[in-house]
Amino acid sequence: MYEIRIHSRGGQGGVTAARLLALAAFRDGKHATACPFYGAERRGAPVVSFVRIDDQPIRVYSQIQKPDLVIVLDTSIMDVVDVFQGLREDGAVLLNSSHDLDGSDLTAYHVDLTGIALALDLVVAGSPILNTPVLGALAKLGIVSLPSVKEAISETFADERNVQAAEKAYQEMTV
Amino acid sequence: MTAIPKEEYLLKCTSACAGCSSSLCLRYITKAAGPDTVLVVPACCTSVIQGMYPNTAMDIPVYNIAFAAAAACASGLSNAFRALRRETNVIVYAGDGGTVDIGIQALSGAFERGTDFLYICYDNEAYGNTGMQRSGATPLGARTTTTPGGKPTTKKDLDRIVEAHDPPYMATACSAYPLDLFKKVKKALSIRGPKFIHILAPCPPGWRYSAEKTIEMGKLAVKTGTWVLYEREYGNLTINGPSKAAIRKPAPLEDYIKGQGRFKGVTPAMLEQMRQQMQANITRLVREEEGIC
Amino acid sequence: MLTIATGNKAVAAAVKAAKPGVIAAYPITPQTEIVEQIAEYVTAGALASEYIPVESEHSAMAACIGASAAGVRTFTATSSHGLLYMHEMVHWAAGARLPIVMANVNRALGPGWNVWAEHTDAFSQRDTGWLQVFVSTVQEAYDATLMAFRIAEHENVLLPVMVNLDGFTLSHITQSLEAFDPGDFIPPVRIPHAIDVENPCVYGPLTGPADYFRFRWDIERSMRDSVGVIADVEREFAERFGRSYGPTEDYRCEDAEVVVVAMGTLGKEAEVAVDLLRQEGVAAGSMRLRWFRPFPKLDLAGRDVVVIDRDYSFGFGGVVAHSIRSTTGAEPYSVIAGLGGQEVTHEDIAGFVKTRQSGKEFWFGVNDRV
Repeated sequence: MYEIRIHSRGGQGGVTAARLLALAAFRDGKHATACPFYGAERRGAPVVSFVRIDDQPIRVYSQIQKPDLVIVLDTSIMDVVDVFQGLREDGAVLLNSSHDLDGSDLTAYHVDLTGIALALDLVVAGSPILNTPVLGALAKLGIVSLPSVKEAISETFADERNVQAAEKAYQEMTV
Repeated sequence: MTAIPKEEYLLKCTSACAGCSSSLCLRYITKAAGPDTVLVVPACCTSVIQGMYPNTAMDIPVYNIAFAAAAACASGLSNAFRALRRETNVIVYAGDGGTVDIGIQALSGAFERGTDFLYICYDNEAYGNTGMQRSGATPLGARTTTTPGGKPTTKKDLDRIVEAHDPPYMATACSAYPLDLFKKVKKALSIRGPKFIHILAPCPPGWRYSAEKTIEMGKLAVKTGTWVLYEREYGNLTINGPSKAAIRKPAPLEDYIKGQGRFKGVTPAMLEQMRQQMQANITRLVREEEGIC
Repeated sequence: MLTIATGNKAVAAAVKAAKPGVIAAYPITPQTEIVEQIAEYVTAGALASEYIPVESEHSAMAACIGASAAGVRTFTATSSHGLLYMHEMVHWAAGARLPIVMANVNRALGPGWNVWAEHTDAFSQRDTGWLQVFVSTVQEAYDATLMAFRIAEHENVLLPVMVNLDGFTLSHITQSLEAFDPGDFIPPVRIPHAIDVENPCVYGPLTGPADYFRFRWDIERSMRDSVGVIADVEREFAERFGRSYGPTEDYRCEDAEVVVVAMGTLGKEAEVAVDLLRQEGVAAGSMRLRWFRPFPKLDLAGRDVVVIDRDYSFGFGGVVAHSIRSTTGAEPYSVIAGLGGQEVTHEDIAGFVKTRQSGKEFWFGVNDRV
């Protein structure tokens, strides 16, 4: 089982990203669950969502304690939340950032999702859309396939730029 | 003259009290509505009047429902009949307690939603079914078992609450004027949407007057101006004939008050307050009818 | 159609497939998505139901009662305080023998305000005459909602059915869902005592003790008959749609020396705990209790039993633990866990099994671990 924890702020699309990822994994023929952790939600407050992907049906409902991958859609959260908590030794971090994680031994990947969204003018209510480009990055990491990512996005959103954003993230991220 | 159908839907085997004016009303209401009608009855005198299982005094379907739930149950029936493409009349027949007190939320909800039904409140100004406890509709000064010293507050103005929902049709009626009631039910049922009729239904044991005076008591309520007969159709108010006459030349309020044991102990100050309220209500209605409001 | 959905959306999709005549509902967290989705179906013309946006849950159930009495299929959904607010009408619906289906998204009760999973809300309606089933996956939420209509409307049942799903843990999780056209698995509803103006009857009038007593016995007789109806409907469902359900979902129970009994999503988490325990050499199994009313006969003879109650009856104990004690004679280790959405992991459940003490009660996170 592959377990992912997504850190974002309310309104940034972390919950939708989790659902899209589960859908893409499902389109790959795998089992997947996506679950937001709901607290007192406010726009801008740090939120976490969980995604599990497995070849077998998933029976675990409790929160992910030891993620294989931590996704940080807003790196400013790292000042207030220990995003690395419980991260497996062989785990990895994916940051929405134009630069790498400094001074760390962790396996870290980065891609400028915000820049990609802004370049395509994918902005809703003043916020760049991050939930579709991040799927491209996850495809690059091999967690889901790029065709399934594109399928999942087109099933969910009519605006083609969402698929373009995922493709762009796939191309831009270095592994 | 409007022909009153010979068919009876309230049969001569009710367990109503002698001189019960609400069962008289029910007789005319069901005659006006006809057999393609469902009556929804929350806990009230009619729960008892209709008789005990397996017998019934009613010859149309009656759906008995919990005290607070009549208007909501009627919503379900009305929408279900619409789903079934049937034109069956849905009429709530509820007492004042089930309307102005515990049932007012459901009533308000059903009217706001535009439910196609007729809500009739027969108002005997207390919880009659359980032996005359005060309700929100009990008038100032009236003695009930829970206001043994007379009610210190005034009657809740149900009609203005219903009016605030802007229904296509609302009317008042009184058991002493059954033909007027019959016509109002007929008219209400010819209109789509939420309709409302508020009937003053004098109650001999509750109001403490003898049973044979039940019609006289209703007439006095109207003739003194205590109860004004009117209808408001798509917002246009018409004060009906008997009340028109009463407004021109009202009978003394004392005639209505003194005949009822429940008003024993009403002080001159209270009587004056009742008179002022009555006058304010009449003035408001007259001004509305004249278009000055 | 194979897709993904939340537990709430699965319920809404099943309702769409069952095509009720009337839906009356009032929104409440975490059930809201069900009524929003249904309203969307109706607005878009995908579902030709009368949707009544009532002003309270009491009215939601009253409207369902009126609609069902008129002879149409009816549905509502609620949760927690909403369920409690409609309590009077919950009794009425069963007493009136109306096959209403309700989804209840299990949530704790205030104070303090808590929107997370707990089963006390549903158990507070235990004695109303409703059938109650608890589900554990998005697919099961869909399947059980569909089957609920069949079971409720069966001529030998004619009692309402409550489909329970854990708040947030299941209502908001996204999993795969196969939504399908049930075809004649859901035939048109026929309510034999529906209002008929050609044959006027009075419903629910004053009723003396002898007749009243007989009506209560009729409810119980139908509740007993429902055991067979449920089994038949679940068998037919398995034959036609390939997924089988029963009163419990048993996992590695055949040779188990200790059986964990839990409900809802904790029942699934318990399966993972069983796998953990088996790896450690503990012969554990799990029984996920699906039907709460009618309460099934469980075969637990000769084994240790650990019951996880996501509920509590104050001054008495865990409702499921006591139900099992009284119906099987077992002396379970009664674990009270998960109240108000308390996090309970499979490791925790494995711990309960390893430290079990038959006949004792343990409040997880409150009592010291034994």
